[in-house]
Amino acid sequence: MEEDKEWRLLQGNEACAEGALLGGCNFFAGYPITPSSEIAEYLSRELPRRGGVFIQMEDEIASMGAVIGASLAGAKAMTATSGPGFSLKQENLGFASFCEVPCVVVNVMRGGPSTGQPTLTSQADVLQARWGPHGDHPIIALAPSSVEETLFLTIESFNLAEKYREPVILLLDEVIAHMREKTYIPKPEEIHLVERKKPTCPPDDYLPFEMTEDYIPPLAAYGEGYRFHVTGLTHDQRGFPTNRPDEAEQLLTRLKMKMEFHKKDMWKYEGLFLEPVPDILVVTYGSTARVAKRAVRIARDEGISVGLLRVITVWPFPDEVVKQLASEVKGIIVPEQNQGQIICEVERYVRRDIPVVGVHRFDGSMMEPSQIYNTIKEMKQKWQ
Amino acid sequence: MAVVHKYLRLKKKFPHVWCAGCTNGIILHATIRAIDKLKIPKDDVLMVSGIGCSSRAPVYFDFNTLHTTHGRAIPFATGAKLVKPHLKVIVITGDGDALAIGGNHFIHACVRNIDLTVIVFNNFNYGMTGGQRSPTTPPGKRTTTSPFGSIDPPVNVCSLAMGAGATFVARTTAYHFRPMESIIARAIQHKGFSVVEVRCNCPIIYGRLNRLGDGAKMLLDLKEQSMTVEAWKKLPPEKQKKAEQEKIIIGVLKEDTKTPEYTEQYRALCEQLQAL
Repeated sequence: MEEDKEWRLLQGNEACAEGALLGGCNFFAGYPITPSSEIAEYLSRELPRRGGVFIQMEDEIASMGAVIGASLAGAKAMTATSGPGFSLKQENLGFASFCEVPCVVVNVMRGGPSTGQPTLTSQADVLQARWGPHGDHPIIALAPSSVEETLFLTIESFNLAEKYREPVILLLDEVIAHMREKTYIPKPEEIHLVERKKPTCPPDDYLPFEMTEDYIPPLAAYGEGYRFHVTGLTHDQRGFPTNRPDEAEQLLTRLKMKMEFHKKDMWKYEGLFLEPVPDILVVTYGSTARVAKRAVRIARDEGISVGLLRVITVWPFPDEVVKQLASEVKGIIVPEQNQGQIICEVERYVRRDIPVVGVHRFDGSMMEPSQIYNTIKEMKQKWQ
Repeated sequence: MAVVHKYLRLKKKFPHVWCAGCTNGIILHATIRAIDKLKIPKDDVLMVSGIGCSSRAPVYFDFNTLHTTHGRAIPFATGAKLVKPHLKVIVITGDGDALAIGGNHFIHACVRNIDLTVIVFNNFNYGMTGGQRSPTTPPGKRTTTSPFGSIDPPVNVCSLAMGAGATFVARTTAYHFRPMESIIARAIQHKGFSVVEVRCNCPIIYGRLNRLGDGAKMLLDLKEQSMTVEAWKKLPPEKQKKAEQEKIIIGVLKEDTKTPEYTEQYRALCEQLQAL
């Protein structure tokens, strides 16, 4: 049974590239940047062999632009970068979000701000992933916590992008991108691939930004007979620029509703020791979740009632899940490798007077279980 | 029905946004006639633009159209071309869009020799935002951000394109409608990166700030200032230099059909690897 299963020792970045190929990626445009370059290197070898396109562009902005152009021509397109490059991509990322162009943007998070610590780990771009581009806009972001999960979430990123016609950001912690772990490689028949909804109407009737019942308009590809217009200007259902307040409001409302309506389908999270509901809840994500699990297990061995929620879909944030747990626990701890970003989101959904405490590390090193364990212990002691 | 009507989104998108006396419509018309002459099906044309007055053009065309972010039309076009090489991809851009904010993309697309046709509407200022100095504003000319006359040396679109390796480079003006039509047709047919600079007018802002007269006067001035590249070549070398500075040299300045085109090279690489 085990013999026909394929396991490989992969680095996180390699798993991401392999996941992209399994997820149907046939276009990659990128620019070298530590710590994400291995993704581009891997795809520069593999994509031409499979008839896909790999291109190294002149900069990060161009890479993001090429990805959008490729996607509108019908490709499943991806780019990969890290902090400074992610900052440069923001304007075009906003275009992709506003024009509902499916694509995957990998951001391997390194120490910041600015050039920061290119080779060290961080989770400090989580809010940038949400609000990097200007203006209200929808965004989906996933945060894996292992190499194997990186592979599966990269496939999932392509599926979400295609299904919801939105860019998906894969937030990899540097430590996961550069770690090597045993990774299961699924067979093609084990993978479910999603294709974007295409128009079936005659070209003259096609509305590329139609107010559909599920808020997701079908997307034709350039060159298939639907001669449509795409613009970053506020547009009507036909895709043409508009300054009409009703049309502007309808578009922005539909984009918001798209996320609200489908967020439960996008949510992925993992609960540990949440039944019965514990006194203390640890909310965390990415590599920090692995550290937090260890701390939670040690605390539980000492009889402390503590459980853990690992958020996998960071955006849209699983608000209702946190709201429900927050209504029952006595305190919440949010460990993250930054000075406090997701904790702001958690605080939004706590409606009672309970402590919400952050655990932070932002020096480029991994957090240690003792840091989280001590915080759990301190919280417990305050109640005794 | 005139040829132009077949290619416009007449029922959907008119009237247009351009000012009275603006020459963008002339370039748009010449582009349509070139495409019609080449008998390229509308479904096979992808028109991509950046931001600015000229970049508003694609919305009026009944093609596949993409109005991107400021300066980034070439990267978007590059992505689409690589995925669908059969598309005729035409980039509509302006002097500010192509040479300032998009300068790096312009240079690298020239180097790459990817089969795109870039039409640069060069009107010497940022018209859309109210007439600020652009990379092609001539020395001494007034704009809303060079109120005392520009001291910045201007960029020469065609010299830059030729220097960076574009394989088809041509210059024309909004006055020269028929030559423009055939130059754009040749540029589209060219297998490789082609650049057509069209010297055009912004009488409402740039013209007014520099007292250049109305639209008609400025159009006639383009005629007066122009000299064909053929006539220029016949001049003795010392007069050529002077003419280069004082005249608009129009015509096809460079045509290289030997340098391999990028998408073809990429496909050849794929086939080579897949045959292994």
